Amino acid sequence: MKTYFFKRLIAMIITLWLIITGTFFLMHSVPGSPFNEERTTNEQIQKNLESYYQLDKPLLVQYGNYLMALVKFDLGPSIKKSSQTVNDLLGRGFPVSFELGFYTLIVAIISGITLGVVAALRHNGIIDYLSMSIAVLGISIPNFVLATFLIQQLAVNIPIFPVATWSSPKHMVLPILALATGPMAIIARLTRTSMLEVLTQDYIKTAKAKGLSPVKIVFKHALRNALLPVVTVLGSLAASILTGTFVIEKIFAIPGMGKYFVDSINNRDYPVIMGTTIFYSAILIFMLLLVDLAYGVLDPRIKLHKKEAK
Amino acid sequence: MELRKYEKQNISPDVPDEWFVPLIKRNSEADVVVRPSLSYWKDSWYRLLKNKLAMAGMVFLVFLTILAIFGPMISPHSIETQKLTMQNLPPSSKFWFGTDDLGRDVFTRTCYGARISLFVGLMAALIDFLIGVVYGGVAGYKGGRTDNFMMRFVEILYGLPYLLVVILVMVVLGPGLTTIIIALSITGWVGMARIVRGQVLQIKNYEFVLASKTFGTKTARIIRKNLLPNTMGPIIVQMTLTIPSAIFAEAFLSFIGLGIQAPHASWGVMANDGLSTILSGYWWRLFFPTLFISLTMFAFNVLGDGLQDALDPKLRR
Repeated sequence: MKTYFFKRLIAMIITLWLIITGTFFLMHSVPGSPFNEERTTNEQIQKNLESYYQLDKPLLVQYGNYLMALVKFDLGPSIKKSSQTVNDLLGRGFPVSFELGFYTLIVAIISGITLGVVAALRHNGIIDYLSMSIAVLGISIPNFVLATFLIQQLAVNIPIFPVATWSSPKHMVLPILALATGPMAIIARLTRTSMLEVLTQDYIKTAKAKGLSPVKIVFKHALRNALLPVVTVLGSLAASILTGTFVIEKIFAIPGMGKYFVDSINNRDYPVIMGTTIFYSAILIFMLLLVDLAYGVLDPRIKLHKKEAK
Repeated sequence: MELRKYEKQNISPDVPDEWFVPLIKRNSEADVVVRPSLSYWKDSWYRLLKNKLAMAGMVFLVFLTILAIFGPMISPHSIETQKLTMQNLPPSSKFWFGTDDLGRDVFTRTCYGARISLFVGLMAALIDFLIGVVYGGVAGYKGGRTDNFMMRFVEILYGLPYLLVVILVMVVLGPGLTTIIIALSITGWVGMARIVRGQVLQIKNYEFVLASKTFGTKTARIIRKNLLPNTMGPIIVQMTLTIPSAIFAEAFLSFIGLGIQAPHASWGVMANDGLSTILSGYWWRLFFPTLFISLTMFAFNVLGDGLQDALDPKLRR
């Protein structure tokens, strides 16, 4: 387990380094200087600006400096929002985005698993068809479409919830609902399929024959094995929730990281784009590691297998 | 004769010889094949036909394709013509889906949006197919160190957040239809490569491949003629599921302002334009593009699900 963890850590660092390098050179390959638009600046100001953002140094030196700064978790200054650093923006935006993403993930997991289990237990029944229809719809409707629909129906036509911003629990309902539906649908479908497969296995029959209560069979015996495929997709689901927050935060005017990211894209604020991308990637890679570890905890056979393989 | 005698001796003496009557040879019905022998593809096709939801999806997609090709021709309006006297008109017999804030016909723009969405989806799926099949096929067939090396690379790409990469590439290359397709293809083929490689790894050990090798068939031909046709099922399913995700990605990019630019119309652009109408009540400007995005993705998803069920040999009855 320890060596496995260590190996994963090294792979993580390499992936992150590749992302950083790729992002850095991609961003610096964009033709033109970021200050070209402002015609009014005179030459000296231009030069001062360039030296402040280190743009006058050779590319490799810039790259080295950037890496050195990254080790100290310094993502550099923003170009368009003067006197603010990328760290400032992230420090302000991340807690909000984290809140949104975290609640969304919780809602998606709980409702998705419930829906999937119920559908599997009532296989080919009305509830099964109903929850699977919800699931297919949830996968098919893009989150930004759902968000606009929800605002129109539940905030404008029938003003139950506030239209936008992020201050009270009431403000959170619509964004979370819009963001959670897609992942919920994916979890529900996966849970249903793997639950159906598990329920036909012999040890479930044994449990039934022993006279265990259906609740105990489902929760203690079936669900634990049925959840394994679900755990494997949690990493990529977290990714889709993360990117989902871009549009959701834009639509609901939530002052999170995603909104800064989209703004920085529209403003062509390269340091912010770069810093945010690296930050997002680091979170994602960390999530994937967590998922792998959770997998080992849920299924002890995997650890055994790893030992044998060595 | 010898044998018969021996058998008779074992039978209990109470049974007289006359009781033994030779079996009348009937035209034995047991051997008649009731079910016509179907090839794998025909069988799958029939199973797909029985799946009502998948068929509904297919019918919608045919309808959408027709709309995308002929819609702009039958519509009397063009996508660019701005009639400032006809702003924000509700749907009527003249403007079927109404007009937008610049007096442009929403129906015509929706049809163009269908063109763009279908084009992006199909191109992304095609490029993923070409790269993924070659890459995965070679990795799976060669195996060993080559496979290890090639798959390490795939794993790194697989770990990258898809939409983030696409956004980055779009920022660098600048918005536009071609760049969207390039951006989608840069990491999109990875999933296909993994599937093809897994299938090839499995199938290459089957006897018919060995037989083919024994006859001295060239590697390229073995991959083309023996391996690929047998992996076609999962490949097709993967392609049908790539299309909706590509369509979503295009709409997403256009929505955040990185995709198709004016005067071209894509559903994402129209949805973004229509966002401001939530409060003003011009619902048709938001409703039609978002309805079409959702319906199209729904159709591809159910068709993909149906294909998955139909092409799975384990489910063959």
